Amino acid sequence: MATSGSMPLEASVRTPASAVPAAAIPSRHSALVRVTHWITFLCFLALLVSGIEIVISHPRFYWGETGNVLTKPLFILHIPSSRNLVPTGYGYVLPDQNGWSRYLHFQAAWIAVFTGLLYLIYGVFSGHFRRNLFPAGADLSWGALSSDCAKHLRFKRPSASEAWSYNTLQRVSYLVVIFILFPLVIWTGLAMSLAFVSAFPATVTLLGGEQSARTLHFFVSIALVVFLVVHVVMVCVAGFRSRMRAMITGRVAAPKERP
Amino acid sequence: MSKLSRRKLIQAGLATAAGASGIGIAAHLAAKYGLVPPDHRGIWGLGETLDYATQRLLTRHSLAREFPRSMISKPPMVNELAPPSDAFKSLQAGGFADWRLTVDGMVAKPTTFSLAQLKSYPSRSQITILACEEGWSYIAEWIGVPLSHVLDAVGILPEAKYIVYHSFEPDWWDSIDMADALHPQTFLAYGMNGDDLPVGNGGPLRMRVPRQLGYKSVKFVAHLTVTDSMKKFGKGLGSAAPEAGYAWYAGI
Repeated sequence: MATSGSMPLEASVRTPASAVPAAAIPSRHSALVRVTHWITFLCFLALLVSGIEIVISHPRFYWGETGNVLTKPLFILHIPSSRNLVPTGYGYVLPDQNGWSRYLHFQAAWIAVFTGLLYLIYGVFSGHFRRNLFPAGADLSWGALSSDCAKHLRFKRPSASEAWSYNTLQRVSYLVVIFILFPLVIWTGLAMSLAFVSAFPATVTLLGGEQSARTLHFFVSIALVVFLVVHVVMVCVAGFRSRMRAMITGRVAAPKERP
Repeated sequence: MSKLSRRKLIQAGLATAAGASGIGIAAHLAAKYGLVPPDHRGIWGLGETLDYATQRLLTRHSLAREFPRSMISKPPMVNELAPPSDAFKSLQAGGFADWRLTVDGMVAKPTTFSLAQLKSYPSRSQITILACEEGWSYIAEWIGVPLSHVLDAVGILPEAKYIVYHSFEPDWWDSIDMADALHPQTFLAYGMNGDDLPVGNGGPLRMRVPRQLGYKSVKFVAHLTVTDSMKKFGKGLGSAAPEAGYAWYAGI
């Protein structure tokens, strides 16, 4: 620990015991960030699979308070359905999977919310948000942002030193996911709960109705899936093995460069 | 380093012990205050219990949103329905004059009501959303007698914890806790949009639980049983829904 010097406090204190032989190299991601990252990932997969299953039982979307097969949809997903009720144009009906899908959806949502709360508390008090996520003012200038974008669009492999911090685009997209998309997906989900909105009607009226909430829930989920895809592509560009190792064990092969 | 990890070990041990006893205390309190749903066991028990306990705490007295008459869905939605049994068809042929609702279990006066008797009680109406777990919904005016009024008439015993309701059609039953049973918007509905309740929407008599999804609003209700435990009914999970893989609590 004596070598920690200019290393971030978080990284030095939270070096896992298994990394002791490499004590000179601090942990890239703190244990709490790694654990909450993977729990959130598993919850997201569960929510995605169960969410798709639930949509299959009624692949039509509406705007306003109500919508059903007798009302005009906003749009229709041209996929088969698990219910006879929905005219899909397909000659068959898929098996009903909504029972376990709904159970799993809410259970995964609860675990994700508890994990998220733990991460939020940690992020505020450990300085994780301030140090690792909030971009420096200068990095948000148009010039800096456009050069960052250009680098990403050319799929330029980041330098070794970049393995130790997030670039600006990364910071901005993580902040959008954590502070905008996750809260929105929880809000729009709760707005579909008849009991919840009986106690907090503004949850749904602010969104324009329960069917609007369902449609928005769908679009926010799409945005999260887009994030996941881009995130995984970027991990591959940066080096799948090294980035996965950093997020699983916390270890980074190359020692931290001191510019 | 070793000093640090010993301290960390002790901290982790204490946190685990606190967490475990915290969960124990929470489970005890939840059981004491009726926050544990009948289908709390099994792999989905955690989520189901959290859904039910949280919403029961937040929504014990809250009212389902009501809408202006202009927002009633036109044309009225009718869900898929299995063909009625012959016994049902013969009652229907008689204009449901012989339809009976039996109320028994933990009540002072077990009673059988005709539709005319139910309609003689003060009639109430509500314009609320019926939302299906599949994702579709409609708004209708529901006319009926509050369930609490019928329960008052038969005199429920203080130990009562659940109302079990059975459809006239076989294997179709559900239950609600007393917070929902005594809720002013929980109706035995016999009318819809100013008319008799159509058979397609559950007529002649349907349970209406507007703060839960449509599947709790069982159609063709013919039998209510007041009980202090769901263990005696079916597989003890609270209703036919969990036996088919669906959550007993459908507030979300």
